[in-house]
Amino acid sequence: MKFTYGWLKQHLDTDATLDTILTALNRIGLEVEGVENPGEKLAAFRVARVLSAERHPQADKLQILSVDAGDGPLQVVCGAPNARAGLVGVFGMPGATVPANGMVLKVAAIRGVESNGMMCSTRELELGEDHDGIIELPDDAPVGTPFPAYAGLDDPVIDVSVTPNRQDCMGVRGIARDLAAAGYGTLKPLAVPVVAGEGAGPDVRIEDAAGCPAFHAQVVRGLTNGEAPEWMRRRLTAIGQKPISTLVDITNYVMFDLGRPLHVYDLAKLNGGLVARKAVAGESVVALNGKAYTLAGGETVIADGQAVHDIGGIMGGEHSGVSATTTDVLIECAYFTPEAIARTGQKLALTSDARTRFERGVDPAFLDAGLAIATDYVLQLCGGTASGVTRAGSPPLEPRTITHQPGRVATLGGLDVAEDRQRDILERLGFTVGDGWQVTVPSWRRDIDGTADLVEEVIRIEGLDKVPSTPLDRPPGVAVPTATPEQKLERRLRRAAAARGLAEAITWSFIAEDEAAPFGGGAWEVVNPIANDMRIMRPSLLPGLLSAAARNLKRGQSSVKLFEIGRRYLADGERMTLGIVLAGDRTPRGWRGGKAQGFDAFDAKGELLALLEAAGAPVGNLQVMAAAGDVYHPGQSATLRLGPKTVLASFGVLHPTIAKAFDLPAGTVAAELYIDALPAKRSGGAMRSAYAPPALQAVTRDFAFLVAEDLAGDQLVRAVRGADKGLIVDARLFDMFVGTGVEPGRKSLAIEVTLQPVAKSFTDAELKAISDKIVAAAGKIGASLRA
Amino acid sequence: MTPDLDQLRADLLAAIDASAGVDALEAVRVHALGKQGAITGLLKTLGGLSPEERQTVAPGIHALREVVTAAIAERKADLEAKALAAKLASERVDLTLPVDRPATGGVHPVSQVMDELAEIFADLGFAVATGPEIEDDWHNFTALNIPETHPARAMHDTFYAQRRSPQGETGAAGAASDDGGSATDTPERYVLRTHTSPVQIRTMMAQKPPIRIIAPGRVYRSDSDATHTPMFHQIEGLVIDRGIHMGHLKWTLETFLKAYFERDDIVLRLRPSYFPFTEPSAEVDIGYTLEKGRRVVGGDPAKGNGGWMEVLGSGMVHPKVIEACGLDPNEWQGFAFGTGVDRLAMLKYGMDDLRAFFDGDLRWLRHYGFSALDVPTLSGGVTA
Repeated sequence: MKFTYGWLKQHLDTDATLDTILTALNRIGLEVEGVENPGEKLAAFRVARVLSAERHPQADKLQILSVDAGDGPLQVVCGAPNARAGLVGVFGMPGATVPANGMVLKVAAIRGVESNGMMCSTRELELGEDHDGIIELPDDAPVGTPFPAYAGLDDPVIDVSVTPNRQDCMGVRGIARDLAAAGYGTLKPLAVPVVAGEGAGPDVRIEDAAGCPAFHAQVVRGLTNGEAPEWMRRRLTAIGQKPISTLVDITNYVMFDLGRPLHVYDLAKLNGGLVARKAVAGESVVALNGKAYTLAGGETVIADGQAVHDIGGIMGGEHSGVSATTTDVLIECAYFTPEAIARTGQKLALTSDARTRFERGVDPAFLDAGLAIATDYVLQLCGGTASGVTRAGSPPLEPRTITHQPGRVATLGGLDVAEDRQRDILERLGFTVGDGWQVTVPSWRRDIDGTADLVEEVIRIEGLDKVPSTPLDRPPGVAVPTATPEQKLERRLRRAAAARGLAEAITWSFIAEDEAAPFGGGAWEVVNPIANDMRIMRPSLLPGLLSAAARNLKRGQSSVKLFEIGRRYLADGERMTLGIVLAGDRTPRGWRGGKAQGFDAFDAKGELLALLEAAGAPVGNLQVMAAAGDVYHPGQSATLRLGPKTVLASFGVLHPTIAKAFDLPAGTVAAELYIDALPAKRSGGAMRSAYAPPALQAVTRDFAFLVAEDLAGDQLVRAVRGADKGLIVDARLFDMFVGTGVEPGRKSLAIEVTLQPVAKSFTDAELKAISDKIVAAAGKIGASLRA
Repeated sequence: MTPDLDQLRADLLAAIDASAGVDALEAVRVHALGKQGAITGLLKTLGGLSPEERQTVAPGIHALREVVTAAIAERKADLEAKALAAKLASERVDLTLPVDRPATGGVHPVSQVMDELAEIFADLGFAVATGPEIEDDWHNFTALNIPETHPARAMHDTFYAQRRSPQGETGAAGAASDDGGSATDTPERYVLRTHTSPVQIRTMMAQKPPIRIIAPGRVYRSDSDATHTPMFHQIEGLVIDRGIHMGHLKWTLETFLKAYFERDDIVLRLRPSYFPFTEPSAEVDIGYTLEKGRRVVGGDPAKGNGGWMEVLGSGMVHPKVIEACGLDPNEWQGFAFGTGVDRLAMLKYGMDDLRAFFDGDLRWLRHYGFSALDVPTLSGGVTA
């Protein structure tokens, strides 16, 4: 909401400076978004008279002018066709900056003739589009006067952000009222003219009383719709409204001045009376913005016997809009129900200054005054004669009364405000305070409906800065953890991954449909995405990470190790997940290692096991089950499971087609750790179980087995470990061999077994017995001891 | 001592000195002290002498043996030390050659700042709460006193979400779609939560007051430029108790922002504002000072060359919201606030483009990221 300082002072009798007003606006909740004085950039331009004009000797189109800008004649070269002796225009002195192009004027020779400044066009001063010639001011314009002062441009434009609850401040008068209540001046009385209408009012009716409870109208005949007066056009221009014609400008002016939207119909374009009714499905109207709107039915419209002329309270129709030839008009001043306006506006995706005000609830008690003020402007500025006023329906005027509890200002607002002062504030804001703090809400404050609202009114006018800071009580007792186990787990995983050299990325939650497709397609989509490649709620963290990895490789990174912790969005919920991508080189070429080494699936397995261990998962009990789905290499991917069903993680080399789809080199490795699937850590308190390191030294023995070539190494290790759970504390596969000495179809696997004696050292016989058990256990899965 | 012994002694010591290696020295030893050695031979002659003769001759021979033995041992140690030194000299490597440094990983600034905030608020007794990002209309809007037709809905450029029809999923590998929910059997309208405020609702409905929580997380608005991205992070705070008022809100915000920026000269300006779910409501500006053209948080704009920046929205929880959560607004009241985590990170650590937060550019992550060991703690300071 923009207005000028001068405009404000028309309603507010105040000595406050601009700075004081700006600070006050922020203090009372009308946030100042900006303030600009359009006169400032024109301060170096003056009203000047052309004393004489002669042809330039070197150029046909140029003239040499003698210009008086108040300090005697100056020689100026000018190319404007309308430059002539006697013309009064706007002159830029050397040193002035031309607003339109930023050019700094200086004394210079133009085709050999010295020029001491410039006579300006409308466009050069950014006052309009005209550039056919220099500005022509009236003959009596005072030569030498700074142009902004002469043109009334020296009026700062203030832009405030009005919150949706304060429709009453969507007019300059409402802002003045709030400032007056806060003690920054006195609200001047509003002069409501008495319009002497002749004869009956126009034929207007209401059929949709729910959408349009009140419809006041008045006709003015025999008017001339020309250009609005300078003062009105200047104010509208200052707040960014383009002057159009007197009638249109009057409706806009009343709306911005008093917060009262109006509509003016060209009576000649209407067929009979107007009715406020619900639209019929399929009806259409071309609005004043030139766009055609087809109505779904049920929207409140204003129509005559033949057509819809107004999307009620939102935008008028083009057909019955006023033009330069309009002579008879119908002025509409109606009350539209906010909820209905909001629904229609949302449905049609149509915003307008009128909608903004109606859907926030205009003052229902300001219909008569609003119409009288508008009609009076029309009569004053366009002539004609007014009819009587038709008042169809009645606006919702029932006064609302709230029982105020003055004590709540301290207990909710935190500020002790004396009761007299509270009463004063409320009354200045237009509330009526009756016996027992029965407070009647003014008709323009639709937003007030409870004690909390009254507390806010008192506090905001008294000043939030006066509320003293009050410490919260510290919770009694010993500090307890404020993070849940899940949050602690997430933090551990994040820092463990970062410590392992992975960089944490955050990627979009939404991805493209084709990116989601290989990962199951996604269970959720955004109905109105910002771009089509941000449409599907990710079913996996990998697409985002893979795209990030590809971007990094393209930027010249040779090794990319990224992770992300975030949610996957599945049909049955949002799942916390850790994703990893390893792309490019694991190790660069080097003087020790020779050629660069790429990543492989074991790198991903290594990261996962380290992270799972950090998360407290039982890493020793995990099963590796081959193949992790279509996005991975079928022979170089697997899942890590706890028991046959609980999948804790999947990892592997990406399927070459997926790598290619994401513009990544073949061999790129990825992994996902399903954080929500991790078993909850049992909390057993701080105390650990009793433990003393074994006194006796552990013994190691090596075994080499021949097994079927497709036997999983893990299976043999498990078999060996299971041979004697009491004594075998570790079994580690340390060699794998295929080739000479091993028959085709078989491979040799070597395992180092660690045995821990308990009470006394092993005897040879005991060691032999354990060895036999190990060989027997391995034999059960087809392994034979290698000779 | 006889001249013979003197001569022998001189010869042997010369030979020991002259021996160039351990082998040569061993030969000298055998020549002198071996079974057939010269000194051994002299010692053997002692047996055939009379006691008197022996008393005269023996001490000289024994002395010779001792001198030679000591000389050999010394020479041997000397030779071994030289040999080791030569070996070590031959083993020299160029330690200026580079080693492969493992890639440095790091924590994203958003995560770091969330940890900092959790630490600061833990000290004030606030627990961390979470809620879904695909949120239903009721929790995101209606329960927060934002009905369908409320103009405030327009302030949230809302993304709407819907379930995808199963047949639309090509090649769906049954990704946990156990309940196979389709759009038709869920009349509920879903949005991507436009703020973290629905967590207020979920918390108030799930637990009894007194409540002190913060709720950090991803939020979504249909907006995109250098300071707005369609996804960003917010942190919500909520206190519900008896007798909580705006003074507590003010203190909490001051305490939190001072702790976060680690500056005592943080100045706040509370401006009356409007949020449908709080009443009274206030927007909170923080004072900044211009230092070398950069906005640095801190200092009173009224006294220097700075200004105000909006950082927070806040207010006393609206009685209707408390009521919608099944609590009695006459008994329980409190405050709520919300702020942008990304924005807090930018203000503290100096990033200027929000879009870079979500690009995953390793160069950016290394520059603005944090070491795994930079865990914010109260004792060590929350700032990394």
